[in-house]
Amino acid sequence: MSKSRAFIPLLAFLALAGLFYFVLMKMGKGEYNPRDIPTEFIGRPAPSIDLPNLLDENDRVKSSDYAGKVWLVNVWGTWCPECWKEHEYLMHLSRQGVPILGIDWRDEKADAIDFLKQKGNPFVEVGFDPNSDAAIDWGVYGAPETFLIDAEGIVREKHAGALYPQVWQEKFAKYFHAQKPTE
Amino acid sequence: MIPEIGHFALVLALVLALIQSFFPLVGAQKGIASWVAIAKPVARLQLVFTALSFAFLTWSFLQSDFSVLYVATNSNTSLPTLYKVSGVWGAHEGSLLFWALTLSVWTTAVTLFGRSIPPIMMARVLGILGLLSVGFLMFMLFTSNPFDRLMPPPMEGKDLNPLLQDPGLALHPPLLYMGYVGFAIPFAFAIAAMLGGRLDAAWARWSRPWTQVAWVSLTLGIALGSWWAYYELGWGGWWFWDPVENASFMPWLAGTALMHSLAVTEKRGAFKAWTVLLAIFAFSLSLLGMFLVRSGVLTSVHAFASDPARGMFILMFLVTVVGGSLALYAVRASKVRSYVRFDLVSKESALLLNNVILVVACAAVLLGTLYPLLLDALNLGKISVGPPYFNAVFIPLTAPLVVLMGIGAMARWKRDSLENLWPKVRVSLVASVVFGVLYPIVVMQRFDWLAAVGMVLAFWVLFTTLKATKDQARGRGLGGLSLSHWGMVFGHIGIAFFIVGITLTSVYSTEKDLRLEVGESYEMGGYAFTFNGSTHLQGPNYSGDRGEVVITQNGEQITVLHPEKRNYRSGMPMTEAGIDAGLTRDLFVALGEPLGTEGAWSLRLYHKPYVRWIWLGALIMSLGGLLSAADKRYRVRARRTVAEKSPVGATV
Amino acid sequence: MKARHKRLGFLLVGLVVLGAASWLVFNALGNNLSYFFSPTEVAENKVPADHVFRLGGLVQPGSVERGEQLTVHFDVTDNAHTVKVAYTGILPDLFKEGQGVIAQGRMGPDGIFVADEVLAKHDENYMSPEVADALEKGHQKGIENMAKGNKPL
Repeated sequence: MSKSRAFIPLLAFLALAGLFYFVLMKMGKGEYNPRDIPTEFIGRPAPSIDLPNLLDENDRVKSSDYAGKVWLVNVWGTWCPECWKEHEYLMHLSRQGVPILGIDWRDEKADAIDFLKQKGNPFVEVGFDPNSDAAIDWGVYGAPETFLIDAEGIVREKHAGALYPQVWQEKFAKYFHAQKPTE
Repeated sequence: MIPEIGHFALVLALVLALIQSFFPLVGAQKGIASWVAIAKPVARLQLVFTALSFAFLTWSFLQSDFSVLYVATNSNTSLPTLYKVSGVWGAHEGSLLFWALTLSVWTTAVTLFGRSIPPIMMARVLGILGLLSVGFLMFMLFTSNPFDRLMPPPMEGKDLNPLLQDPGLALHPPLLYMGYVGFAIPFAFAIAAMLGGRLDAAWARWSRPWTQVAWVSLTLGIALGSWWAYYELGWGGWWFWDPVENASFMPWLAGTALMHSLAVTEKRGAFKAWTVLLAIFAFSLSLLGMFLVRSGVLTSVHAFASDPARGMFILMFLVTVVGGSLALYAVRASKVRSYVRFDLVSKESALLLNNVILVVACAAVLLGTLYPLLLDALNLGKISVGPPYFNAVFIPLTAPLVVLMGIGAMARWKRDSLENLWPKVRVSLVASVVFGVLYPIVVMQRFDWLAAVGMVLAFWVLFTTLKATKDQARGRGLGGLSLSHWGMVFGHIGIAFFIVGITLTSVYSTEKDLRLEVGESYEMGGYAFTFNGSTHLQGPNYSGDRGEVVITQNGEQITVLHPEKRNYRSGMPMTEAGIDAGLTRDLFVALGEPLGTEGAWSLRLYHKPYVRWIWLGALIMSLGGLLSAADKRYRVRARRTVAEKSPVGATV
Repeated sequence: MKARHKRLGFLLVGLVVLGAASWLVFNALGNNLSYFFSPTEVAENKVPADHVFRLGGLVQPGSVERGEQLTVHFDVTDNAHTVKVAYTGILPDLFKEGQGVIAQGRMGPDGIFVADEVLAKHDENYMSPEVADALEKGHQKGIENMAKGNKPL
């Protein structure tokens, strides 16, 4: 066997590995998600939310209360392990002063309340959405999903899957840095 | 405490794996006898700790210890014990632990059965297997620890998907994993042989039985998954060419090529470099499959499990293992020369062509699997490559392979000629054409070209295999044949059964979605399906509808099927098909939806001739693999060099 | 046989196999890909006329109409535009209003997308890929319409 031919498998493999690396980097930045079903949210006004408050039966959670702020909507449920995993990071964000509106989706009320009691509550308010009322408006097809809405009420970013620091830095952080001086 | 002990056992296993890889590998290179000698005991000790860790996780499942996150999300108290146990490998973290355990078990098996292997070689093999263990254990400990705690623990675990509660699905993943991990053994032997600079036939002999056992596991695992999909999912398909299936099929193809190539290397000393490359391929494709399905780059599998950190870890592992071994190959294999000469017409050539076709087919599957990823990643559009692509490529590629099987089984090693082969295959050829063409006409009662081609191929394999066996047995009787010859016979006849199954099912199946009123009938494949309406159904954790379909043939009642449509309390709907199974046909009925208020339903009716032969074929193939692996010459002390005059004929 | 002839023979056989395989692959890739489009892209007339493609989006709540017959009508939306879909056959178990769906088929002359396969998209928790995949098949895949030659093998 000639010397150069013996290198062909290695080179082919390295090309393949390069492709995978490229794709993983894109996934890490949230630019690529093989499971995406297109929803035309980005750049459009956020759908309004009007849900019963999970923690207070007499109150309702309304998106109108957030007008003029940069805020997040996080769709979660106690049935979703990825939501458990991102919880800690949401707590971290909330301590940093990021306002997050939670939508507790397709869940048991008691379970959800327990969950927040035990693990802490990163949300300013939590809307309870057992019948997907808000989830349908927001085009949610899995949990967790996180949306960023700017001060004009326009949806700027969407992330499907657990929120990791890397995703935060790439997609979300810039909106908050820009806002800080005016705060 | 139990989970912490399990975690700790895992850490110790990692430390042992590091020792198992470092000292023997360095010792073998530098000739330090004491470092070489520790390979076996350390490998066995590593098994002890990995097994302990696995046992503790199983214990946590059996005890329903929901303070362990993994248990809480994959089990609950009402689950039957069997499914608590299968829950251990039912999700990502636990299935990794199962991989690590399987690798450890295989490694220890090598230490026990490989007594004839020289200590230096053994040290290298165990060292490489140790490195792989290090990779898996680190992956688990750094990104996917199954012992992560959940504080405070919930009262009850997650409601398990009802589809999971099935013995077929409980066994399907472990068999696949055993196959994937099993290919680590020939891989380790190949690398060890390259490290030692002795790419002779010895490593091929040592790794053959392991390759065969791994191949059998993989075959059974794939077949079981296919069978489960068929009977449980309610829409009658058995192979879908989706990425996860392809991920298991590619190592199978490479493994099949490897088995054949090892036979040549062992018996004739030919294809040395090529066989090493195939050993690398088979295991690399197992790892690649793991990367593709676990990193989330490809599949549409259940949402949002993808964690780029995990994907990155596997990619790094992949690059280290595959890149490293291919680099070693590039350096070492160029120096290897196979001095063994063989003619264009010879068993070697037939097996070489078999290898080439299998590898090319595997590459075509890989391309089809990765093509959407490539385009999407480059923003060239989202596409899907569906079953039509794979069928259009795979079937024409493999048909010549089947023709070759018959010739290969018959051809002589080293030198043969068409004049010599022709009289041997003449009768088989004529007979298979006659039977193959007549079968659709006489038995299926409708001629179809595709069916005829498929049946000719199946009969061809059958007849040539029998003829080769008869020739081989001349003078010594059937009892004088080696087990490895019987392995070839069963392996090839299994393929023949499989071809019959896919051909006749694809060509003669009738499948119909239709609306049936209560009392209305539909005729299909000579059977009359009469829908007798549906009744409400109340199960322990579901409610639903149960239909009744009476099937008659020529006015005689064959069977009554009760397809069900269930709604589980967890909110999951599920279709339970009614199946009447038979050797030559399955009748299959599934409920769709109620239509209107008069009790009419949409129903799916299938008549599937010979569909069982698909899985029957896989079983027969697996039996062949086991027979081969049990051949007694693997148990006698291995010869160091290949005998110049090896017996003619017995392959694989 | 001379060594040179032999080598030539091996080379020839190898080239034939490779050539045949490449021809098969490119032919099959050219004919059997289906592109994926969103309702917005459909509205912007970006989809090929008279070619099979996949339409993805959410099933518009309240849009599913089941009649007495087998054909089901529903709207697929990406919250910007909506496409009407007609499908004859049995929908997958997890097909639901408000859920993600992928329909494969072609645009009819009347602007209705005629699907011959419907895959329901759904969320689930993570499990080992082999298991998850098996489940997925049951749920996502609709009925491969056998009459149209779209057989699983």
